[in-house]
Order: sequence, then structure tokens, then C-alpha cells
Amino acid sequence: MSSHSHAHGGAAVQEEHGHSPFLQHHFTEMSQQLDASKIGMWLFLVTEILLFGGLFVGFGIMQSRFPEAFYEAHHHLDRSLGALNTVVLLVSSFTMVMAVHSAQTSQKKKLIVYLILTLLCAGIFLGVKYFEYSHKIHDGLLPGKFYSHKADSVAPTALEAGQATARGQMIFFSFYFMMTGLHGIHILGGMAVIGWVLVRAIRGDFSAGYYTPVDLVGLYWHLVDLIWIYLFPLLYLIS
Amino acid sequence: MDAHAHAHHPGAKTYVAVLGGLLFLTIVTVLAAGVNWGSPAINVVIALFIATIKASLVALFFMHLLYDRGVNALILLTGLLFLGVFLSFCLIDVGARNRITPSYLKVQTPAPAPASTAVPAAAPAAAPAKPAH
Repeated sequence: MSSHSHAHGGAAVQEEHGHSPFLQHHFTEMSQQLDASKIGMWLFLVTEILLFGGLFVGFGIMQSRFPEAFYEAHHHLDRSLGALNTVVLLVSSFTMVMAVHSAQTSQKKKLIVYLILTLLCAGIFLGVKYFEYSHKIHDGLLPGKFYSHKADSVAPTALEAGQATARGQMIFFSFYFMMTGLHGIHILGGMAVIGWVLVRAIRGDFSAGYYTPVDLVGLYWHLVDLIWIYLFPLLYLIS
Repeated sequence: MDAHAHAHHPGAKTYVAVLGGLLFLTIVTVLAAGVNWGSPAINVVIALFIATIKASLVALFFMHLLYDRGVNALILLTGLLFLGVFLSFCLIDVGARNRITPSYLKVQTPAPAPASTAVPAAAPAAAPAKPAH
């Protein structure tokens, strides 16, 4: 393996200034440290995919069991709000990758601006989600025993009578809240780590020689976007 | 293989183009969902196909898999392989059962016909595998 071709710019910085202060003692050079960190991050992302994967498989099984009820239930979701949130998250992924790009090219101001824009998009996403959730809670479209939707003759009494539509709708909203809720928690976590990266960016930690945290937080943020890319058609666009 | 493994990361132009593609595919997904392609299953497959194109764009460009060392892509593909095993085996299983009901709703399951009450112990193995719908 020709280690010279692996240099990311970190080697160049080292040549000028000696050791980077961010190079940990068990790595020989910055590019090796970045590669190792990335592998670790990807392993973590795979566990995240499997975590959500269980929910997706469960959703698929229940949709094949209650196709009509799931179709009826999805009418309670606002398609345009879902599409709006999809666009917001895609744009936030773009601003995040531009933040990484700015860090790689040592553009501190741009890095800060793009991180703030990403946080802003995340905030908009959660705002729309809050609006959607309060509407569902108001209508009693809640998971499990909390389900108390009165319209469509899908009341708890209908549930007890064992009506397939009622059960299916309740199961749909169980999945809806668990999947979007877990995803929302990931958005909150993402906002926390982007905030941390933002503080470090303002402090001036990042440059072409060292941008690992920006890169890894970016990978995490794109994964959260990836999961929404699948959630949107499966939950909002049933036909 | 190593020649392009550590090529430089793409610039802003590439990212703008990818974002454009993603937004375009979002519109395509919404429009495709409004069309009846024959059966609900086909619609789901089409929606998942478009979502997978979008996911690939994000993974290849935004997550730099196209430019990174292959090991990162290998980790992701291994994870997806096992997710595929998980999903397909579950669906095969569901297809071979009559019904699946969450445990807390099982009380409402209609009682089996009186004539067959003596059989249940042996029934699961003997029961003909009717496709569940």
C-alpha cells in the first residue's frame, strides 16, 4: 500500500508544522487517523440501519396483513407536509456536505454558515413534525391502547369487536409514531452533534489538515436523511 | 483499484447537481404514487426503487462512498445484505401463515370449528399453507 497516495492534505500540513495537535499518538499520520475513524463511523451507521430495519420489516409484514386499513390510515397523513419535510431534509444534507467541503478546503466562514443552515433545516423539520404530531394527538390517532379515533367508526369499541380495519389503523399509527419518533430522536441527536461541531468550528479547530468530526457528523446526518427517504413513500404515499 | 480510491472529493458543482437530482426524484415519487400501476404491491416496489436511487445518490456522493476506500462501502453492503436476509425470510414466513395478530389482540381470534378441536396440536405442521392476504 503506497501510504503517500493516501495523504489528504494532512501530510502537507504536517510537513509545514510538524505534528498536528489533533493527531493521536497511536496513529502515524492524519490520513490514517481519518480512515480509521471513518470505518468506525460506518460500522455504527450499519447498526443504525439494522435498528431501523427491524421497524421497516415489521411495517412490511403488517402492511401485507392489513393492506386496506393501511391505505385508509395513510389518508390521515398530510402528503404535502411530508413532501415539504423531505425537501427540507434533502437541502440540509446538501448544506451538510457543503460544510464538510468547506472544512476540507479550510474555509472557516463558509463552514460556520453551512453548519448553521443545516441546524436551521433540522429545526424546520422538527417544527413541521410537531405540527403533524399535535394534529394526530388531537384526533386520537395514537399507538396501541392510546388509540381513540372516533371518526370512520374506528373507535375502541370497534377495536374490541375485532374489526380488521380498526386494528390495522391502530397498528399503522403504532408504526408511524415509533418510526418517525425514533427518526425524530435521531434528528435531535444530530442537532446536538452539529451544534458541538459548530462550536469547535467557531473556535477554529478545523482545516484541510483536520476535519474528522465534521466528516463523521456529516455521515451521520446523511444517514438520518437516508432513512427519511424510505419513510416518506412508505408512510405518506401508500396507494 | 487504489488509483481512484483516494481521489479528491468532488466540488460544489457536483453537490448542487446531486441535490437537483434528489429534488427531481422526490417529485417523481409523489407523481408515481398518484398513478395506479396495476396493484398496490407494484406501487410499493416502484416507490422503493425510486427511494433506492435517491439513497444511492446520497451514499455515493454526499457520503463520499464513490471516492472513499472500498472498505466503507463493503461495511454498508454487508449490513444491507443481512437486512435483505432478515426481510426476505420474514416475508417468506408470513406468506406461509394464515394470519398474524398482535398478542394483545389475540382474544378476538375466532375459535376454530368444533370438529377440528382435537387436531390443533398437530395442526401447525399439517395445515395447508394458504397465502395470507
